[in-house]
Amino acid sequence: MSDFVSGFWSVYVALITLVSVVGCGVFLWVQSKAKGTAAAGQAETMGHVWDETLQEYNNPLPRWWSWLFYITVVFALGYLAAYPGLGTYQGAFGWSSRGQYDGEMQQAEAQYAPIFAKYQSQDVKAVAADPEARKMGERLFLTYCAQCHGSDARGARGFPNLTDNDWLYGGAPEQIEQSILDGRQGVMPPHAHLGAEAVKDLAHYVRSLSPDKLAYDAARAARGKEAFATVGCAGCHGPDAKGMQAMGAPNLTDSVWLYGSSEATLIETISKGRTNRMPAHKDFLGEAKVHLLAAYVYGLSQGTAGKP
Amino acid sequence: MDNQATYNYRVVRQFAVMTVVWGIVGMLVGVIIAAQLVWPELNLHEFLGYGRLRPLHTNAVIFAFGGCALFATSYYVVQRTCHTPLFAPGLAAFTFWGWQLVIVLAAVTLPLGMTTSKEYAELEWPIDILITFVWVAYAVVFFGTIVKRKVPHIYVANWFYGGFILTVALLHLVNSCEIPVTLTKSYSCYAGVQDAMVQWWYGHNAVGFFLTAGFLGMMYYFVPKQAGRPVYSYRLSVVHFWALIFTYMWAGPHHLHYTALPDWTQSVGMVFSLILLAPSWGGMINGIMTMSGAWHKLRDDPILKFLITSLSFYGMSTFEGPMMSIKTVNALSHYTDWTVGHVHSGALGWVAFISIGSIYYLMPRLFGKEQMHSVRLMTAHFWIATIGVVLYIASMWIAGVMQGLMWRATNPDGTLTYAFVEAVKSTYPFWAIRFVGGLMFLVGMLLMAWNVWKTVAGTKPYDAPVLAPAGQHA
Repeated sequence: MSDFVSGFWSVYVALITLVSVVGCGVFLWVQSKAKGTAAAGQAETMGHVWDETLQEYNNPLPRWWSWLFYITVVFALGYLAAYPGLGTYQGAFGWSSRGQYDGEMQQAEAQYAPIFAKYQSQDVKAVAADPEARKMGERLFLTYCAQCHGSDARGARGFPNLTDNDWLYGGAPEQIEQSILDGRQGVMPPHAHLGAEAVKDLAHYVRSLSPDKLAYDAARAARGKEAFATVGCAGCHGPDAKGMQAMGAPNLTDSVWLYGSSEATLIETISKGRTNRMPAHKDFLGEAKVHLLAAYVYGLSQGTAGKP
Repeated sequence: MDNQATYNYRVVRQFAVMTVVWGIVGMLVGVIIAAQLVWPELNLHEFLGYGRLRPLHTNAVIFAFGGCALFATSYYVVQRTCHTPLFAPGLAAFTFWGWQLVIVLAAVTLPLGMTTSKEYAELEWPIDILITFVWVAYAVVFFGTIVKRKVPHIYVANWFYGGFILTVALLHLVNSCEIPVTLTKSYSCYAGVQDAMVQWWYGHNAVGFFLTAGFLGMMYYFVPKQAGRPVYSYRLSVVHFWALIFTYMWAGPHHLHYTALPDWTQSVGMVFSLILLAPSWGGMINGIMTMSGAWHKLRDDPILKFLITSLSFYGMSTFEGPMMSIKTVNALSHYTDWTVGHVHSGALGWVAFISIGSIYYLMPRLFGKEQMHSVRLMTAHFWIATIGVVLYIASMWIAGVMQGLMWRATNPDGTLTYAFVEAVKSTYPFWAIRFVGGLMFLVGMLLMAWNVWKTVAGTKPYDAPVLAPAGQHA
């Protein structure tokens, strides 16, 4: 509640602040009462000369300027009476930034929640087919998802393309919704302990699986195939290397590469491993908005969505 | 002549020349990062990426260009208004070489990515220690000269220079409190919201004392000198001096509106920022009213053009600043290019203009000449720079307000009307205009460099004889 470790500091701060604000005004008042050497309108210099020519008139303070100064001092006092500023004193208006935030959030909830709730009861596929819902989903996507997956949802290195109907964790509506709600943690463990040669063999084997006709060394690929089955790769990627969606292990036999298919990249992936995270959005966005997002993402690969 | 004591112009000359050099370097880096925003492919190398060059730009223009201008003019002004050569000339020479070393080290370490990540205080701890030594030496030279002055009264320009030197020492020591880990890495003594508050207490007072009080010292000497008129009001200078240095100290929290900073701190920062308006304008009024009876000189004196225009920009930015510190306004302006425009109307329009005018005044006098090589070129510099500043700040105003409005726009369903990237895309034309404005300002500095070169080439350095105070003539 309080920003102060004891009541003393609150009083201390409030007092210093008040004295300082009032002090500005008093200082100005005292100084404008002080007698100048010059009669009004007829300025005289102070009688000092520096560096041959430098002198000073002693014109009175411009009246409009003094008023400007006083007005800011009075405003400051008024503001500090109305808003929190003097230690723990909350201000006559009872305003706080937390209160304002909570109020605005409540109002937004009351105003917007029914709009989203309307879709929450509908099936994802039905929502995806609704042009109005798709537009709302797109706007949510551009605000919350585009930073990683791109405005066109085509992803980037390390961030999956959401439009190609290739899914690490499954492309069924429920699976997509779960990915967004709870997030996903993808881990490929490092395999440097196998030795550089074995890792390179595995990389060539993986390249040999791709339909992209990637160049590979047949002897290495053969050794790699053997190792694939025995050193643990098949445990996640499956004996046929087609991946396993339950673990988010990618299919190695298609042309989709999250990090790249070059020999060097594959060696890096295998020896150092990869860790990737899709953050959870359940608490942040709420289930109703995630439902719309899931429908939008689902629609992207179903040929139902327009270009974002 | 040989027997007569002379003012120490050597260190003034050194700093004056380096003001021009670092001005060009710092503004060139500024133009490069402005171009990088328009053409991101110009981020050619890790060392030359926007994130590394941006602190280099701010450090170079504030501490290298602005710092050298402050050293040069304060050393010149304090000697001449105290009617005595600089105290401890050896230390004065040390401040020159020490400060240049700080700048060179900054230019090397920042592109390498060595940074404390505190804005305007990015330099790592060994450089911070060097800055401390240089600054203490500066204070000894400056206040030593004041102590041995031959006139009873301390001229108003020296109040501002003195306030600037003392406060910057305090700011530097408190904000740079850090725990070294290696030679090139340290961590701040403060954590969390306290760290943010100390940082912006420092950051705003860097503006208030480095970029304002020091340059007001410059104004109080060069404006009455060049106009040939007495300062308008001694009384006003007393009031606005004390009010300014007192009030600035409180204004830092307005950089942290609507953050984790407690509400009371934000409110206090805001009200003192508003109170700051009148003290700031006091300096502008005193400068501009000094022109009374000498306005005709503005027609064909480019130095006065620079000085008086700088005061206009000063008045404008010190009105804009308090307005932006109001929380409701800040909710729109914060994090947008409006802030960037505000800073540059102060940095280019006020700080750079008053420095340029002062250096044009100094340069011929330091080399025993009557006038700069080309007055027409100075006038050309003035107009090119003025148009450059106006393009810069106008484009940033429009861009900033546009960004603020786009970020807060919502659809009937509560979703944001514009994705962040749409605001970025809409800003491109304004970044292009800003680039042109900055480029024009740089071109003006190149004209200045050429003009300075033509003025001083082939001349002998000149040290003016120490003058007896006026009262003793009679």
